[in-house]
Amino acid sequence: MTNTSSSPPSQSSFNIHRFANPRTFLRFASKIQSWVTISAIIFLVIGVIWGLCFSPADWQQGDSVRIMYIHVPMAILASGGYFALAACALCSLIWKHPLADLAAGEIGPIGAVITALCLITGSLWGKPMWGTWWVWDARLTSVLVLFFLYLGHITLLHAFDNQQKGYKAAAILALVGVFDLPIIKFSVNWWHTLHQPSTFSIIHAPAMSLSMIWPLIFCFMGFALGFIALVCMQLRAAILERQVRHFLLNE
Amino acid sequence: MKRKTKRLWIILGSMASFAIAIVLILSAFSSNLVYFKAPSQLINHPTVKGTTIRLGGMVLANSLHYSHKDQTPTAQFQVTDGQAAIEVHYTGILPDLFREGQSVIAIGTLDKNNIFTASEVLAKHDETYMPKEVADALRKSGKWDPKYGPPPDAATWDHMTQPK
Repeated sequence: MTNTSSSPPSQSSFNIHRFANPRTFLRFASKIQSWVTISAIIFLVIGVIWGLCFSPADWQQGDSVRIMYIHVPMAILASGGYFALAACALCSLIWKHPLADLAAGEIGPIGAVITALCLITGSLWGKPMWGTWWVWDARLTSVLVLFFLYLGHITLLHAFDNQQKGYKAAAILALVGVFDLPIIKFSVNWWHTLHQPSTFSIIHAPAMSLSMIWPLIFCFMGFALGFIALVCMQLRAAILERQVRHFLLNE
Repeated sequence: MKRKTKRLWIILGSMASFAIAIVLILSAFSSNLVYFKAPSQLINHPTVKGTTIRLGGMVLANSLHYSHKDQTPTAQFQVTDGQAAIEVHYTGILPDLFREGQSVIAIGTLDKNNIFTASEVLAKHDETYMPKEVADALRKSGKWDPKYGPPPDAATWDHMTQPK
């Protein structure tokens, strides 16, 4: 950050105020980046090989149950990612934190891809097991709504010439959409759905054999750390790009 | 009041009112959000005959028969929710998971003799995942037969399958 000293004093104080936290974040993120990425890869390799090759087949679903090792992490991360998006939106609207806007911009597309993968793997699983690719039950429909919320967020973010307006509009959409998350979670309990209720709960033992839970945990850890690693990487690039624009183009 | 605090309250307030609006909308449309109806619901609150409905429940043990008409097998079985059972007729390929004791959803119409003619049958599997060995051990213990419904609570698997 040698450039700060060469800019005028007023500009300099503005910079420190505006980029103080992003700077701390950059330093922190570059330190943890390689660790997060490497552990994500290790968890994924172990989890996927364990799940796809060594875990037992289900007594009635047979080998089709292995789609679970991709589908379930994607489903949890689709909701979790949106929760992070909404948290960023809250920070952006109340505290006007510039890092929150950038983070929301990076979480959005990755979350949309994850939700799409959740829908696609679910569909591929539904055809052999349920006998249909898609039904309009409450669970499936609310996840489709989540996918469109992600798409809407991405579109709104880039819909304005004034980027600040775009951030604000997208943040409002992210907050409004957060109500879809409890609907997704509890849809299988509130209404009759084709999708089965949750296997995991706080009060009951999981209705899954331990020999399937462990590879699932590894897969989930791998995908979750991979998600964090991707967002971190993108966010670092976005901060640097913003700084470069600021210094070179005075935007 | 600081501007940040003010913004915080405005956002929290609008989100709270929005949440109330969503709860009201969902509870108003709750009956339309269910994907299927249980047999007892259909019998107690009959709909207009001939409209397409989705009937959901468990295939009753020992109720599955096949009848052959012009070389095409028609599956006949009863779907129950424990309180009422409805006879379902279906001509076509049943999903792999279809069996007695499985939860299914039949899409079709109910005629005046209370016989449900399905145009499509979907299997609804439960939230239990276990290897074949565990299922076999549970069956051998004599405390669970897949014909009569979903497997017992996972917390009981260990002591149910232990040799006495």
